[in-house]
Amino acid sequence: METASTASATSGANPYLRVQDLRVRFRTEDGVVRAVDGISFAVERGRTLGIVGESGSGKSVTSMAVLGLHDPRRTEISGKIQVGGREIVGLADSECRKLRGRDMAMVFQDPLSALHPYYPVGRQIAEAYQVHHRGVGRRTARRRAIEMLDRVGIPQPARRVDEYPHEFSGGMRQRVMIAMALVNDPDLLVADEPTTALDVTVQAQILDLLADLQREFNSAIVLITHDLGVVSQVADDVLVMYAGRAVEHGSVEQVLRRPQHPYTWGLLASVPSLHGDADADLLPIAGNPPSLINLPPGCAFHPRCRWADENGDRSRTEVPELRPVTEAGHLVACHLPEAERQRRYAEEIASVGVAL
Amino acid sequence: MLRFLVKKTLLALSTLLAVSVITFGMFFAVPNNPAELMCGDSKNVCSPERIEMIERRMGLDKPIATQYGDFMRGIFVGRTIGSGETARDCPAPCLGFSFRNDEPVSGIVGRTLPVTLSIVFGAAVVWLVLGLSIGMVSALRRGTVFDKVAVGTSLVGASMPILLFGPLLLIGLVYETGLLSYPRYTPITENPLAWASAMILPWFALGFLNSATYARLARAQMLETLSEDFVRTARAKGLPKIKVYGRHALRAAITPIITIAGLDLGAYLGGTVITETVFGFTGLGRTALNAALNLDMPIVMATVLLAAVFVVAANVLVDLLYAVVDPRVRLG
Repeated sequence: METASTASATSGANPYLRVQDLRVRFRTEDGVVRAVDGISFAVERGRTLGIVGESGSGKSVTSMAVLGLHDPRRTEISGKIQVGGREIVGLADSECRKLRGRDMAMVFQDPLSALHPYYPVGRQIAEAYQVHHRGVGRRTARRRAIEMLDRVGIPQPARRVDEYPHEFSGGMRQRVMIAMALVNDPDLLVADEPTTALDVTVQAQILDLLADLQREFNSAIVLITHDLGVVSQVADDVLVMYAGRAVEHGSVEQVLRRPQHPYTWGLLASVPSLHGDADADLLPIAGNPPSLINLPPGCAFHPRCRWADENGDRSRTEVPELRPVTEAGHLVACHLPEAERQRRYAEEIASVGVAL
Repeated sequence: MLRFLVKKTLLALSTLLAVSVITFGMFFAVPNNPAELMCGDSKNVCSPERIEMIERRMGLDKPIATQYGDFMRGIFVGRTIGSGETARDCPAPCLGFSFRNDEPVSGIVGRTLPVTLSIVFGAAVVWLVLGLSIGMVSALRRGTVFDKVAVGTSLVGASMPILLFGPLLLIGLVYETGLLSYPRYTPITENPLAWASAMILPWFALGFLNSATYARLARAQMLETLSEDFVRTARAKGLPKIKVYGRHALRAAITPIITIAGLDLGAYLGGTVITETVFGFTGLGRTALNAALNLDMPIVMATVLLAAVFVVAANVLVDLLYAVVDPRVRLG
């Protein structure tokens, strides 16, 4: 998506979604799982934030926390989440659910399991509409459902509104999910890996649809994905997460073209290049994501980082803060000095070439 | 949908046919001549001629295949049992005459079937309502005292035989305390109130013990369904808890229970022998047991076939119900 300014979301004037120092912990028999350990970001209306990270980095947990979907009996949430000025953390469920589906909505990863198999799609969409519009009759709600199906590009919506989820193809199902999420014109849309379950051509269509709908509704979108290609296509800003922490944050241009965190370098380098040598080996990031119960001390990434020893002992003892770099709006959490990082990137990474 | 139904019905009918053949054949595999048994009460007059006469009267002189054919025909259009001067007319549905006391079997069935039906359907209401509600609430209140008590009680209920529970109830509620009178069966057509009050004990005994299974089942199904993605979606839409649990979770959780409940019911309709014996009711199960011990073939045939009909019908019904509830099954 083309944007005029390169200002990152954190410096926005009046963001619709603001998250500050979010921490989410799960109490389990094996210990406390620190799924999210101090995340801050903001998203304005009309802009898209892409949250990127491996499985287990805390991306989905963050999105569920924004919508207030965690079970309070088992989860400890601290920090601030403000949606349209309203504080979500600590909000009673009866209040929170008034916002869910109306001011903020979520699109899930697998539409086949996320839609109820026993009810026709029209009924499910109408239900989402009726719960926030009291007194609306069945026929009106049904008309609205047909309208939404049409808007998301489903052919013959008046006929397909009575069909069941299993009668749709994967891409169509995801459109249905999007229709259901947007039926009440929410100002915030959280899409948790909306295209992961789809093949690439359908993926492109869905992303285009999201972009169109954003233009139409001027909604803020948080797009969670592990796919950097998706991020480069639709996001305005990017937040890279690792082990429940933010390691890099900035505009998509800054993070993908001038990354300054070793983890981001690793992610970009691991993407197979269409232009490079077909026989070249793929470059994974050595090691495994850490246990969220026993996080490594200091920088969570240090066991896998090639340059961890260059900071003396700091990487092992001190948690790096997310600090701004010279470029406005670009933040990185790394102990390596900026000049070092830029040099390393230029010499060792950029020369390999990334096809994005 | 129609094809589905037709296929299931044909399968059901062929199963019933197979059951009838097997039961009939099994009876003749037993080395006993029922004619001998029948004439056995007055030994001195049990001559070979008398045995032959009895055989002719009961139609046992014909080859086995013919006997089977006659029997099956009799069910639908009635037949004449015996030959010559001992021939008796047996209108449809003809299930023969008891070897023991020569009573028409259809009469015996007509007398005892309502008893079993009363016991089973009443108890079924108890065990389904009690079991499902306790199970659902346990799932929603998982880990609380209610849940733990419910699971513990259901464990006791599931392990206790009605052989013990029934008499315990009788001792506790009838003999010692006199709260209830000893149950005596009265047909519902005669006196509905008396019928119901007689049924209370067997309904409670059978119902309570069986509810244990359903409580555990409902709890497990509900817990599993609550972790499904579509329940999360329902919450994300902003639905109130009642709708999330009642409309979304419940409907999905209940489908496997329908299958089990239906098959269970079908099996019980075949005869609740122990319950009937404990409470002194003369139902289908008890009759069948006595007939089997006395080698009274016509009654055995009738009760086995009836039990098979119930089980097979329950199977077909359950399949149908499943297709109604779960749209994904319909297109198959």
